[in-house]
Amino acid sequence: MKAYIIRRLLISLPLLLAISFITFLFIQIAPGDYFDTLRLNPQISEETIKLYESQYRFNEPVLIQYFWWLKNLLKFDLGYSFTQKNAVSSVIKSRLANTLILSLASLIFTWLIAIPLGIYCAVKQYRWPDKIFSGLSFFGLSIPSFFLAIILLYLASITGILPLGGMRSANFEGLSWAGKILDILKHLIIPTVVVSLAAIASLQRIMRANTLEVLRQRYILTARAKGLPETRVLYKHVLRNALNPLVTIFGYHLSDILSGAALTEIICNWPGLGSVMLTAVRSQDMFLVMGTMLVGALLLILSNLLADILLAWLDPRIRYE
Amino acid sequence: MNRETSNQSTETRDKKIKTPFSIAMARLRKHRPAMAGFRVLVVLYSLAVFADFIAPYGFDNEKRENAYLPPTKVHLFYSGKLSKPFVYLCKQEFDHFYRRIYKEDKSSPYTIKFFCRGDSYKILGIFKARVHLFGVKEPARIYLFGADSRGRDLFSRILHGSRVSLSIGIIGVGVSFILGMFLGGIAGYFGGKIDNIIMRLCEVVMMVPSFYLMLTLRAAFPSNLTSLQVYLLIVVILSFIGWAGLARVVRGMSLSLKEKEFVQAARACGISHIGIITKHILPNLFSYISAALALSIPGYIIGESALSLLGLGIQDPYASWGNLLSDAMAISEIQRHPWVLIPGIFIFFAVAAFNVLGDGLRDAFDPHKTMSK
Repeated sequence: MKAYIIRRLLISLPLLLAISFITFLFIQIAPGDYFDTLRLNPQISEETIKLYESQYRFNEPVLIQYFWWLKNLLKFDLGYSFTQKNAVSSVIKSRLANTLILSLASLIFTWLIAIPLGIYCAVKQYRWPDKIFSGLSFFGLSIPSFFLAIILLYLASITGILPLGGMRSANFEGLSWAGKILDILKHLIIPTVVVSLAAIASLQRIMRANTLEVLRQRYILTARAKGLPETRVLYKHVLRNALNPLVTIFGYHLSDILSGAALTEIICNWPGLGSVMLTAVRSQDMFLVMGTMLVGALLLILSNLLADILLAWLDPRIRYE
Repeated sequence: MNRETSNQSTETRDKKIKTPFSIAMARLRKHRPAMAGFRVLVVLYSLAVFADFIAPYGFDNEKRENAYLPPTKVHLFYSGKLSKPFVYLCKQEFDHFYRRIYKEDKSSPYTIKFFCRGDSYKILGIFKARVHLFGVKEPARIYLFGADSRGRDLFSRILHGSRVSLSIGIIGVGVSFILGMFLGGIAGYFGGKIDNIIMRLCEVVMMVPSFYLMLTLRAAFPSNLTSLQVYLLIVVILSFIGWAGLARVVRGMSLSLKEKEFVQAARACGISHIGIITKHILPNLFSYISAALALSIPGYIIGESALSLLGLGIQDPYASWGNLLSDAMAISEIQRHPWVLIPGIFIFFAVAAFNVLGDGLRDAFDPHKTMSK
């Protein structure tokens, strides 16, 4: 297992290199750079800009610039963000935490709701609860996340129960630590629901289908025949076997959530990686774009790896050698 | 009785042809949600095709003093008597809090005219025409869905915008499917080095959060493009992201297909590689692909909308559902003019319709599935 993980990590290194190089190329293709905006500012002299340019190797050929960036990367130096006036690594560090909070909350919320719901619908197949939830899950699959976010924020603005986007209230610093956590949780509700809804809908469908499949198996018949109570059949025999295929989906789910969170972050003003990526791309803040892209890709690779490890751990038939 | 005979006649007709395709189509016709979705799509796409004619105004016909005018009320009774549908001229005033209030000028009614003359447009880009399905005489205006910030008719703009939003789905999916099927087919069929290279490329695309990739790709091009260029650019971006997932599935399927007897037989007959791929392998993937096509179009519609919503896609004055919805980004303002949410409802319906149709197609083409009515 250890060898497998190490090999997987080694394989993903060239992948990350390729991703960073392609990103780098795209930014280079883009007309102009951040210094063009700086030049428009009369308070900054041409010499300062020249100094900046030579400091960050902007005046050298593309390949040399890329290798310079790579060399710094080995020293865990992701460069400097011009728009945030801070090192890219520290910008990403604070934003990454927020994105992870949102993703984790959505992940927990999704699985907590979707799995019981899927089993419940399977047990009640073709009866009215199943029909209602099937309709709802179809609705959840079809509503675009940005539209859902706008509607929920609008409802929040009418009722005034929940905050209108952002992550902290204005009086955050004055709150006690319990108040602080409560405040963040309050801000977390809308983005979490938005990110989760589509995931809940699809996971619920899959879980329902899996459960129905397992319920048809002979060993369930046996379990019932030997007189096990129905709850025990469900929890001991059905749930475990129906849950197994879901683990394969877990990695993809995580990546969907990470990607879906980006747009939701922007609309809900959640200060995560997605919103920092938008500002970075808009202002051509090169190192910040590169850094965010790299971290995003790393997250996806790790989540896929995590899914494979979980699968091997849960399913004794799978062996990675 | 009548029904039985018609059933018999379809059965006998089926016996004559009964290709897998016709069986699947018959099954699809019985799938009620899918057919409902199909009908919604027919309506939406015909609205898009005839947008110029159905919309009472052009996409950029503005009247600034009518900013955020609420949906015009259509009246049927004039001084107590039933009359042809008509509207009143709406005027905007400010109350003592400087809030906008709208008043109908009840002195004179403006009847809604059908097949009347209005803004000029071109049919197929050649013939000039000015006939619109309906309209009212100036200075009155008919705003079925209200007006936007510049006093443009939201209904007309949604229709004009649907051309962008709905066509981008089809074209984008078309491009990425051709790419995905071609590359995936080649990778699976030839295997070896080619397979390796193509699959590594897929991984590069798939291992980047797609939204980040979308933003970076958009940033690689200048922001001052013409509307047509932006349109093509969005297609390219969305297809660039979309082909990888499909290529992987197609590769897997063609990998297993190429070991089948009929492919080996074709190879023994000396049919060329291209011939085998296009004539023997791809048709076998058709059932999967038709469902996957319908199910992936929503992603493209949403992708375009998201880009336009953030101001990176279709730009004002041109309309798409996404950039029309960007009026709703000012959350605290929505309450004053909630009709800016309507474009989102259109996006929802288009996405939902494609989703049910895709579900139906998948069930219809699945030979192992017995259909529940």
